[in-house]
Amino acid sequence: MKNNKSVTLQFIPYAEIAYLTSFQRVKKLIDLAMENRVVLIQGRLAPEEEADLIQETMKYIGKSKSSRFKGIELATFMPQTKNLSMMQTIRENFAKSLLGERDVLTIIGPATVVREIKKDPTKIQLLLRK
Amino acid sequence: MPVNIIADFFTRIFYSIFNVKRHVKLGFYGPPNGGKTTLANKICKDWTGEEIGSVSKVPHETREVQFKEKVDVKFENKKATFKIIDTPGIATKIDYEDFLHYGLNVKEAKKRAKEATRGVIEAIKWLDDMDAVIVVLDSSKNPYTQVNITIIGNLVARKIPVLIAANKIDLRGADIKKIEAAFPEYDVAGISARAGTNMEEFYESLFNLIKKKRGT
Repeated sequence: MKNNKSVTLQFIPYAEIAYLTSFQRVKKLIDLAMENRVVLIQGRLAPEEEADLIQETMKYIGKSKSSRFKGIELATFMPQTKNLSMMQTIRENFAKSLLGERDVLTIIGPATVVREIKKDPTKIQLLLRK
Repeated sequence: MPVNIIADFFTRIFYSIFNVKRHVKLGFYGPPNGGKTTLANKICKDWTGEEIGSVSKVPHETREVQFKEKVDVKFENKKATFKIIDTPGIATKIDYEDFLHYGLNVKEAKKRAKEATRGVIEAIKWLDDMDAVIVVLDSSKNPYTQVNITIIGNLVARKIPVLIAANKIDLRGADIKKIEAAFPEYDVAGISARAGTNMEEFYESLFNLIKKKRGT
């Protein structure tokens, strides 16, 4: 990204990260953020992986004098499933156990590009730095 | 984790045979500037007469985990001894330039940022050691942040009971209902740690929390 007037979202399908180890998954996401890319992932990290991602992010902040890396913005977006019937909930849980949480989206971007990700249950807003 | 189960079993036998009183390791977690240290100070001051750490409007004032051992808390006819563990605020980004707006010079701001990154790492490492956790949130701010979700997700994954302290209810724009709606599975105590508002309700929730603590 040469300036902040346009932003490219790189999409990572679930299949691309499903078979990585936790360490590899976190490393891949950190590497992309360090390259100033905003990533849209099909699926989500486990809570422990999110914690690992935060810890790794902290290790890279201010690591080299040339680096402007200041951390990441991160958000997961889940569709509302509160009003599903019992049968739909069972089907949904069965599909998740087989396929993973494919209906969840995760957005990760470097804090130098993404100022804030605003989220409420029904919408997500990506606020960029000028 | 069979090793953990066996270790926990023998620990409980040891404590029951020798009638040793176990302290409840009570962690204070949350994003920066939610009021973790202010609440920890309030509890420590109420029951020991001493505070645990300094507070400031500048984010990341707490950059190291700080403790207060043997804090005996009494509420109605109940009594418990806590080890209070106040942790640095958890964030996904730390920019030293943000500290310049609070009057720090570049050198001080860079130092604070470096210490703050270490503090976040340390706070996450400590998660495994907690018996119960108070997640302290600023009730005037949007609760739907990934940091809040990540903290609570990690506590749930570790089976650590959680109480949410919706702090700063004295501020204009404070909205406890929004926090309750964001985390409907958890007990939410609306308080102002600074003004000492609703602390009775908080202590009641705290004693309900420790009934669920890990290892009991």
